[in-house]
Amino acid sequence: MMIWDVHCHLSGVPGCTPDERMAQLVAFADRMGIERICVFMGMTWSYDPTPDDMRKQNDEVLAALERWQHRAFGFVYLNPNQVEASLAELDRCVRDGPMVGVKLWVARHCNTPELDPIVKRAAELKALVLQHTYIKATGNLPGESTPMELAELARRHPDVPMIAAHTGADWEVGIRAIRDCKNVCAELCGSDPTAGFTEMAVRELGAERVLYGSDAGGRSFASQLGKVLGADIPESAKRLILGENCKRLLRPILRLKGVKIDE
Amino acid sequence: MSCKGYMSDYSRREFIRTTTVVATATAGGLAAGAAEAADLHGAVGAAGRGTLIDTNVSLSRWPCRRLPLDKTPALVARLRSQGVKQAWAGSFDGLLHKDLASVNARLAEDCRKHGRGLLVPFGSVNLRLPDWEDDLRRCQEEHKMPGVRLHPSYHGYKLEEPAFTRLLDVARERGLIVQLVVTMEDERTQHPLMRAPHVDVAPLLGLLARRSNLRLVLLNWSRGVSSALLTKLSAAGKVYFDIAMLDGVGGVANLLKQVPADRVVFGSHAPFFYLESAVLKLKESVLSEPQLTSIRADNARRLLGLAAP
Repeated sequence: MMIWDVHCHLSGVPGCTPDERMAQLVAFADRMGIERICVFMGMTWSYDPTPDDMRKQNDEVLAALERWQHRAFGFVYLNPNQVEASLAELDRCVRDGPMVGVKLWVARHCNTPELDPIVKRAAELKALVLQHTYIKATGNLPGESTPMELAELARRHPDVPMIAAHTGADWEVGIRAIRDCKNVCAELCGSDPTAGFTEMAVRELGAERVLYGSDAGGRSFASQLGKVLGADIPESAKRLILGENCKRLLRPILRLKGVKIDE
Repeated sequence: MSCKGYMSDYSRREFIRTTTVVATATAGGLAAGAAEAADLHGAVGAAGRGTLIDTNVSLSRWPCRRLPLDKTPALVARLRSQGVKQAWAGSFDGLLHKDLASVNARLAEDCRKHGRGLLVPFGSVNLRLPDWEDDLRRCQEEHKMPGVRLHPSYHGYKLEEPAFTRLLDVARERGLIVQLVVTMEDERTQHPLMRAPHVDVAPLLGLLARRSNLRLVLLNWSRGVSSALLTKLSAAGKVYFDIAMLDGVGGVANLLKQVPADRVVFGSHAPFFYLESAVLKLKESVLSEPQLTSIRADNARRLLGLAAP
């Protein structure tokens, strides 16, 4: 079964350089039968990165990709509090570089208008937009988005595919929040492997809108793969979630870039 | 921890072994993993072979949602399908019910009726309830349980309290295993009306030092126990750690850098968690066969006072 992991990081992985860390990530991915991983954000994170920090973190991902372009895809880390710098970074890393998606984290709530130019430019480049979403009983970070806020953004851009990273972690709420936004996929990663998550996502959204991701290195590939392999869903749904959906979403930009994935 | 230090801790031999796999995959273009994927999907690869003793399962219903395997026969079937030969079972009812005598009686009956030798009951004891000692007595004398499971965060006591010290002493005198659940659920995703903080286990350090023959298992501990405290706890007494909430790439191997392999037990937290998540962790980490054998079953057997086969 083809497995593509849509959510990996260089943090939480042993190694002093991006390349060493990527080698480790790939080694663990190999142990778990994962063919491709999507990687974003640098070795040290910041909630609200300056333009320089954004470039530094993206440079680290570019360095990590250098030897691993046959195994990994990069997403550019952007900050909607720095719109102009983000658009420039999008051009540098996606239009003129090898990256294929956009990662938005916790700098600014994603329902605000500052997101619109970033999403529009990402859509022009066919870059896949992945937005962190969480609903924390302990309280979200000041700029941290919820799936409800992503749904607002998605309704303003109904033709742009988006990924609700973590599906809010409080997935029973998160799945409901994005249910009527057909352009939004639920991503399973970055929360404990609570049973029922995948079954509900498939039931409410359809298997075509559910994606496997791990959030490695902070999470294990194992704990998150268990959410799919242990779910009471058809085999065909598992195939979609583990790899086919991710491949489908990335195919347009990979074609543009001449990356062959279907042979 | 410095980057250099982290790498120097990492076994050179293991590094070469894993990167060799990468090199093989690289030569072939895409992943070497495709063949392994089928393996993952079945008995979850090498980790699924051999006897597994799961020290952390629960029966009955989680209060806030139905779980796919919360009917005992379904749970038992899944456990067997993943190679689990024995599972230590508590009860979700033990979190909030006050009539724990009936909770524990039902648990014992469910294990007898549905477990067919697989389920081993661990009753609940709530130190906030009057005459909890009799629940403990019944667990051992009437239900023949080898141990009890505690949920201090749901029952509302701290480990500094005299009742907890008393429980440790009674358990030690009776030869009962004590399973202490540090948390049932990530604090961030708990139901707003059922929030339970992680148990502060730091007081165990002093308590364990004076009770060398107490057998204590910490379940779902990783979010509530710092790295420094983890090392101290493993040195302070016969404390065992399950892997249900352990996370991060190579998490089990990382744990073994801090805790001896003879103190780590397999635990899944099923059916609250997908069982496969814990099983797969044994595959993700590079572990020696003796380490795997210890974690899969031998350490749990030793806890029960049984020799390894």
